[in-house]
Amino acid sequence: MSLIAFPILFPFILIIILLIFRSDRLSRWFGPIGTGLLAMLSVYLLVLVREHGVIALQMGGWEAPFGITLVIDYFSALMLVVSSIITFVVAIYALYFLTARIRLNRFFIFFFGLIMGMNGSFITGDVFNLFVWFEVMLMSSFVLITLGRTKDQLEGGIKYLALNLIGSLFLLAGVGLLYGKTGTLNMAHLAQILTTDDQAILMNTSAVLFFVAFGIKAAVFPLYFWLPASYHTPDVTITSLFAGLLTKVGVYTFFRFFTLFFVHDPQFWHQLILVIAGFTMVAGGMAAAAHYETRRILSYHIISQIGYMIMGLGIFTPLAVAGAIFFTLHNMLAKTNTFLVSGMINKVRGTYLLKNIGGLYKEYPLMAILFIIPAFALAGVPPVSGFFAKFILIKAGIENGNYGITAVAVLTGLLTLYSMLKIWNEAFLKVQPHNEFEKNTIQKLSFMEYLPSVILGAASILMGVFAYYVFDFTMEAANQLLDTELYIKTVLKGYQ
Amino acid sequence: MEIVLAIVVGVLYTVSVYLMLRRSILKFIIGLIFMSNATNLLVFLSAGLVPGSPGFIKPEGVAAETMADPLPQALVLTAIVIGLGIVVFTLALKYKFFELTGTDDLDQLKQTDS
Repeated sequence: MSLIAFPILFPFILIIILLIFRSDRLSRWFGPIGTGLLAMLSVYLLVLVREHGVIALQMGGWEAPFGITLVIDYFSALMLVVSSIITFVVAIYALYFLTARIRLNRFFIFFFGLIMGMNGSFITGDVFNLFVWFEVMLMSSFVLITLGRTKDQLEGGIKYLALNLIGSLFLLAGVGLLYGKTGTLNMAHLAQILTTDDQAILMNTSAVLFFVAFGIKAAVFPLYFWLPASYHTPDVTITSLFAGLLTKVGVYTFFRFFTLFFVHDPQFWHQLILVIAGFTMVAGGMAAAAHYETRRILSYHIISQIGYMIMGLGIFTPLAVAGAIFFTLHNMLAKTNTFLVSGMINKVRGTYLLKNIGGLYKEYPLMAILFIIPAFALAGVPPVSGFFAKFILIKAGIENGNYGITAVAVLTGLLTLYSMLKIWNEAFLKVQPHNEFEKNTIQKLSFMEYLPSVILGAASILMGVFAYYVFDFTMEAANQLLDTELYIKTVLKGYQ
Repeated sequence: MEIVLAIVVGVLYTVSVYLMLRRSILKFIIGLIFMSNATNLLVFLSAGLVPGSPGFIKPEGVAAETMADPLPQALVLTAIVIGLGIVVFTLALKYKFFELTGTDDLDQLKQTDS
């Protein structure tokens, strides 16, 4: 069972090796191979979870709730698998698309730092430990976002850093209040205490602090402003990495906290979450519709999609939570893919502004196909993954009688379709306008440059075609989230 | 004693919010330091103050009621180290930004919004 610690340990070892041998040639091999091994490890962990239900490891032999516990259940295992696929393709993509000014060695050191922090947040079973992993992830992302050291990047970095640090401090304050009232930080133990305690309503002060902290990380409605101000500044490789992973860690912790132990006041929290989900969807979708730069459109669109994930949490039936998990997994794949394609467009044309580009469909038909797959997935066209994700969510909404949010979700789908069609029309169908970007064309992209996008596109399609099996997994994950007994029993085996 | 520290935490938060709303980036960073310290104190207070008792004792030592809870102290130590690292990075970032643009005015940072 000590394998559970490896998603954290392995990137850590790689960071040390990369720090000692500061060679770009070595990094070229270490990036893809390291993340590939991590992907295999994650799949193996998913198999283990399928066998045992929930697996836990008590670090240093200190039994829970006194030590730090690492726990993997279906939800964490699924997140580990999908995020490791994304890191794998981004590692390949970085070899070909990272600007020459950024040294590969530096990039991969912080790349693995980000992976370590993210994996740690996925598998930890301790609230304070979660804060530490969040910080590891944030520090790496601060460095990554400013790695190019241009004026825009530093400015975006300051905004990104300012709001996220305040979020972290909120999280820490929440941890303090939580510990003051319950005397424990182990999530399973917290669940045991708070579900049986009749004064649990007092926990709302702490829960609000966590809500704001995770809201900032996940970029929900009134707290999202750091995202569109910073995501379009760094190198496109780094943006793709962030787009697929960072906000989803926030969503993950939302689910973990508000299904496991902050369940004492459902009327208030679910209503609040639903309202915020609705605003997040609409605000992000509208802003995406108003922009004419691929990375800005896609950044705002990230926000819009976060609304759907939170919506599943607000409806809070097993089907809705399963739908939200399905949506999260699908969105991580498709969103990263659209950013990868926008990077390709930039490579062949030298700009991200839609008004300067056009005619790509004729020149690069493969690129057009690679764009249309994730675009259809995001817009929810069958048979690609997004259709089923939205279908499950909307079905759950109607079944539970949440007609308002369901209507918003359906209408936001149109906004998504609009912004995707905008990129499609402008970049691919329209005739190339006569300007300085016209001659900027590289004749051909090599197969390896297409490969990352091909892998993600194939994953999106497979997730749509075999939606039945994926749904089985997410349903299992939702049942585990809503029925916390197994989680608590596995973690607190010796305690009780 | 707890009430005094609670007031100190409140004052520190007030100061930090005031500084963060100023226009200078440097003042913003100082505000961040204040907020981080306020939060550290809050976490430290979470177990209550047990004056005159150690957090670590011999196995046969003192009864559990009279000993101080060592966990929040450990948490705060971790948080202080993390805070230090972050402040150092923030200052370095601010220095780089100042070198490149020559401005310390947050109102000048409008380029990446819209």
